[in-house]
Amino acid sequence: MAKKHELFGPPLNPLGTRLEAEDMEKIAHVRAKPNAKYAWAAGAAISRFLEELKNGRIIGRKCARCERVLVPPRMFCERCFQPTTEWVYLPGTGVVETFSISYIDQNANRVKEPILVGVVAFDGAPPHCGIMHYFGEVKPEELKIGMPVEPVWKPAEERVGSVLDIKYFRPRKK
Amino acid sequence: MRDVVVLGVGATAFTSQTPEVNWKELMYEAAVKAYADAQIDPRRDVDSFITCAEDFWEGFSIFDEFTPDQLGAVLRPMMTVCGDGLQGLANAYMQIKTGLFNIVVVEAHSKISELLTYEHVVEMAYDPIYERPLSAERNVHPYYVAGLEMNLYLHATGTTEEQCALVAVQNRRQALNNPRAPYGARLGLQEIFHSGYAFTPLKKWEIASRADGCIVFVLAAAELARRLTKKPLVYVEGIGWSSESPWIAARSADAGYARRAAQMAYRQAGITNPRRQIDVIEVEDRFAFKELQHLEALGFARPGEAGWLMQAGAIGPEGELKVNLSGGSLGCGDLIEASALQRALEIVLQLRGEAGARQVPNARVGVAQSWRGLPHGTGAVAVFARRD
Repeated sequence: MAKKHELFGPPLNPLGTRLEAEDMEKIAHVRAKPNAKYAWAAGAAISRFLEELKNGRIIGRKCARCERVLVPPRMFCERCFQPTTEWVYLPGTGVVETFSISYIDQNANRVKEPILVGVVAFDGAPPHCGIMHYFGEVKPEELKIGMPVEPVWKPAEERVGSVLDIKYFRPRKK
Repeated sequence: MRDVVVLGVGATAFTSQTPEVNWKELMYEAAVKAYADAQIDPRRDVDSFITCAEDFWEGFSIFDEFTPDQLGAVLRPMMTVCGDGLQGLANAYMQIKTGLFNIVVVEAHSKISELLTYEHVVEMAYDPIYERPLSAERNVHPYYVAGLEMNLYLHATGTTEEQCALVAVQNRRQALNNPRAPYGARLGLQEIFHSGYAFTPLKKWEIASRADGCIVFVLAAAELARRLTKKPLVYVEGIGWSSESPWIAARSADAGYARRAAQMAYRQAGITNPRRQIDVIEVEDRFAFKELQHLEALGFARPGEAGWLMQAGAIGPEGELKVNLSGGSLGCGDLIEASALQRALEIVLQLRGEAGARQVPNARVGVAQSWRGLPHGTGAVAVFARRD
């Protein structure tokens, strides 16, 4: 019985063709950088929300039909498809609705100090009407769903009307 | 197969800027108006929602995800057509024709004032490997392609620059009769010529200015619509679309995309003699000469004839061909993907007898034609009619 390599012959190029950096340069590429700049209007509801953040306050909008207080505020309720009718100030305290301890940065590198991100449901508003933010002054292993939290604001003179006017949320002291 | 009708329409005003609202609030206004017009509750009655959008116009990815709230579409079938409003309407039409959906909503909008580098984003639509380096090398505005197309059209048909300029004069004047249109003006040929060449032979004021705005359509199966509304029903009798090759150097002089789209729509609608059978016409006029080119492509004039008809006064409010009485894109503004629905909106208002000062008496059949704009050769045509 013939050996296998006698039938088919030995592989002609068992290691494949090695490509060097200069070989890749022979392949034509066209490079370009997009120039796409935008300035989005925040809208009636979010403009007021950002303005109040500057004042160190959290404001929502209430739907008269389902009685939810929407944070960040919206001019219409997406469930009822009705205009919201009332501005409502909230104390800013709330509970951790969900969180994740993030170990990977934007460039997919592993970070030493994990970043604590999550959703805060506000006191005075129903669940699933809260905002996303960071958590601080808490060890990762101590962070729990349902934990009472409060905002830590930047000093008034540093606030610009941005979600980052709140530095992070920390566990509420009793 | 079942028939499809327009159950309701809603639109915001068209304006050069809309800093007072975000895109969601702009869409909500048009949606509320459309649902009131259709006398429906979107949370209960609508089976499917379609938005027409292009991520680069908006500035964020996967625009589909940002549309349910303001249309009443949360937890409902929702999709985005990366095309113009008539292409969205075509999709809604087909969804209803399948029998799977009875009421389908189509939304198209422009928030183009928020794009700060419009010219550069248009340039990104040019072939990145061959065409874009040519624009970049000498920093030429990408609309130069309109100059190329116009020059070829004038050369091929014998149409004159004056005949094209008359389109701009008429549409800007006609916009004064349209409360939604921001660019109404009483101009003469002199003003158009004095605006200067932008890209020869195209003059600056033959180019539509951009505008923000939103339009929402509610389509429904005819048998259902008859029970839902007492308003006159406007039937979608036919709808077609087509795309040319993207090579700019291969572009035809006769707007082949519009010709083929019209053939498809006319075949469905049983239109064999458009000039005799169609009462109101809306064609895309982002560049004035395009109105004449598109009228020829849609069979309202032979090649080279539209310009002469324009000069003779046969096109326009007093003429035999009632074209762009809304003011067109030159009068209403270039509404990006919503320009197509603006044409359809005007036809629906005309056929319902709700077009106010620009109403054509006893309009029964209308055609709306779109073109997605530079640099592309994609267009759509829809035929609407009253049957009662």
